[in-house]
Amino acid sequence: MTIINFTPMSALLGGALIGLAAAFLLLAQGRIAGISGIAGGIIYPEEKDSMSWRLVFVLGLILGGFIYQWLGLGVGVNHIQAVADTPLLITGGLLVGIGTQIGTGCTSGHGICGLARRSPRSLIATLCFMGSAIVTVYIVRHLSGAV
Amino acid sequence: MSNLIRLLATLAAGTLFGLGLGVSQMIDPAKVLNFLDIFGNWDPTLAFVMAGGLAVNAIATPFILKRQRPLLAEFFRIPSKLEVDKRIVIGGIIFGIGWGLAGYCPGPLITSLSFANLDILITFAAFVLGTLASRWVLAHGKN
Repeated sequence: MTIINFTPMSALLGGALIGLAAAFLLLAQGRIAGISGIAGGIIYPEEKDSMSWRLVFVLGLILGGFIYQWLGLGVGVNHIQAVADTPLLITGGLLVGIGTQIGTGCTSGHGICGLARRSPRSLIATLCFMGSAIVTVYIVRHLSGAV
Repeated sequence: MSNLIRLLATLAAGTLFGLGLGVSQMIDPAKVLNFLDIFGNWDPTLAFVMAGGLAVNAIATPFILKRQRPLLAEFFRIPSKLEVDKRIVIGGIIFGIGWGLAGYCPGPLITSLSFANLDILITFAAFVLGTLASRWVLAHGKN
């Protein structure tokens, strides 16, 4: 194992912004900032569920991306792009959609919000997706010789 | 008016969240995959994203939940389920495989739409399709 490209300060700051955003959504709206759940309610709405706050939050996520690029905070923002081949991107996107709906949450809902509430459910979910993601990268990078 | 304030507050939360995903580099799949590659050339950076997010949120959440109600809504909508079941394990594993293949989890994927890039659009379309299909099955299935 070799450690590369380590940038802990911007990561801590960005993480704190994410935590602050999640806390603010809870304080103002009483809602959990679980992105897969928020998006899922737009893509396939449940009955008697309000849609407008979901749309506005997702709009904000994209707006935040624009502001980040506009501020020029990231050195070499232009280099940020997808790195996997198209078939892997499609398979990955599909599985992320399916898995987060079956598992009722993703990195934000379980990882940031659920763990903050000390939910055992979220702890197990987080261990499961971290574990399977690490194994997947190991297989793709070190066993298949693809990337 | 109160409706407008509520939507503006939600927009602010979403924007701050997206900005955080940018600043933390969660939106860079190369960085994400290097973080997950603990047996290769490991970039531990993203552990600090979770640490930062969790620290702030874990301190704030108990104080917020002590309130009778949120500032701009009638009541808190917190997942009541705490127990572990099969769904959480299976779903978590499937999500992790997808995350490890493409390097995108849902938040960064949506924020990355701001790059207006075809690869990201394709990944997002696949995510929407997977979400749609699984929610349909979950809503119509007997389980």
